[in-house]
Amino acid sequence: MTMSVSATAPVAGSLLSVRNLRKEYRAGQPVLKDITLDFAPRGITAIIGPSGTGKSTLIRCINRLVDPTSGEIMFEGRDIARVSGSALRLVRRRIGMVFQEYNLVERLSVIENVLSGRLGYVPAWRAFLRKFPAEDVTRAFDLIDAVGLNEEFATRRADKLSGGQRQRVGIARAIMQDPAVVLADEPTSSLDPKTSVEIMELMASLSASRSIPIIVNIHNVDLARRFASRVIGMTGGNVVYDGPPGGLESHHLATIYGGEDWQ
Amino acid sequence: MSAPASTGAQRTWQRFTPTERVARSMVYIVTAVAVVWSARTVEVIPEFLYDAPEQTADLFKRMWPFDWGFYPKVVHETLIETFHIATLGTILAIVLALPLSFLAARNFTSNPFLNILAQFIFVSSRSVNSLIWALLFVAVFGPGALSGVMSIAFRSIGFIGKLFGEALEEAQTGPIEALTATGAPRSMILVKGYWPQVEPAFWSVALLRWDINIRESAVLGLVGAGGIGVALDAALNNLYWDQVGLILAVIFAVVVVTEIVTSAIRSRII
Repeated sequence: MTMSVSATAPVAGSLLSVRNLRKEYRAGQPVLKDITLDFAPRGITAIIGPSGTGKSTLIRCINRLVDPTSGEIMFEGRDIARVSGSALRLVRRRIGMVFQEYNLVERLSVIENVLSGRLGYVPAWRAFLRKFPAEDVTRAFDLIDAVGLNEEFATRRADKLSGGQRQRVGIARAIMQDPAVVLADEPTSSLDPKTSVEIMELMASLSASRSIPIIVNIHNVDLARRFASRVIGMTGGNVVYDGPPGGLESHHLATIYGGEDWQ
Repeated sequence: MSAPASTGAQRTWQRFTPTERVARSMVYIVTAVAVVWSARTVEVIPEFLYDAPEQTADLFKRMWPFDWGFYPKVVHETLIETFHIATLGTILAIVLALPLSFLAARNFTSNPFLNILAQFIFVSSRSVNSLIWALLFVAVFGPGALSGVMSIAFRSIGFIGKLFGEALEEAQTGPIEALTATGAPRSMILVKGYWPQVEPAFWSVALLRWDINIRESAVLGLVGAGGIGVALDAALNNLYWDQVGLILAVIFAVVVVTEIVTSAIRSRII
């Protein structure tokens, strides 16, 4: 029932692909119904769909915050759906994540939150003694600049920031990991419309300038249209649209969200 | 869209269901019965009750003026010992309770057996009063400050462990999830995810317990576990009320000072 606009045959050398991915929180009630998708190593992919349709579960399966029931997740040439322990940590290092509620450690400073992106890399004693390698500290300062905050924010505590500023720190933390891909789970849903656009603009420019593909769950169809190079529409645990934003028409949206009245 | 639902019937609302009202009435009746029954069974001896104000006044008269000379001779040294017992006991309790509270916190340790084991240790520690712990340790280590330190520590493990374990369980899951997603190992998630969130609770619990322990270690001497209580016990037995008064006043002053100090530190940390 997929209404493919562009061909989605597996791309040779695609960075990330999920094969028949299925997730059942309760046996027999799948939230994701055998999803198969390929993600190119560039650009922004927006996943749209109504609440409770499995968008968030899909994204969380990719970095294994949620364990899939069955299926494969091919990332950097191998199946990561079943890895565990330190192998899983090494995979997670390569996947950045941005959250709806920012998920910063409130009582730590901005720079410490950004440096937390290196916790998968640095030895424990360095994190414990707050002696991060000099190049990490330099990069953290650069990233704080790059996300539109400045040096005076670096030592400010995260709980002193506004929502938009916090999300900028969240993005910097994800980029700090040196990720092959960034997942963003509703990054703008807690923000006002103007800040939402600013955050999407920031993610788009970072994605382009650092060649990091971003997969973003988003409620706002207009933002998806404006910033994504590819839109995936999901409903009821299935992919029902997959193609460029220009091909997304009102009958697609009617299928994704149901009904016409709201449009 | 739909018409207002006015069916004509009077709609009522009551805070409690009939069963709850009956249950609440029962609680009131049982309370009243218990008060009457207790008043009949305590068997207050009227003669002692009537001259209680006189006796109290008499006691205070014997205490004042304090035997100030007793302070440098005995009280000062035992006071410092009390202070040491409380502080060392608290530190020892923290060292023992911290790992246990991580085992007790269900969000950090997902093994129910370890959770229950840690909670069992906390309950055993708290169910025994410091004075009883002191009796046990005096029997083991003999009288002196060591028994005091051990009894303070063993009583405090349950208090610190339970409260700090609960603080850990209340830590927000979002930041923990975010650090998990960066590929951080558990030790780092503990140091950079949990610890910053529970740090104020930790200091608040530790200081509160230290405050309580200063008071508790002041009476440990009554069973021979060192500190100012030894001096108090001796003065009481000898009926040297002017010394008893001095010791009580000193304990009161120390408690007030620690209260001021701990609340000042607490407000600074949080």
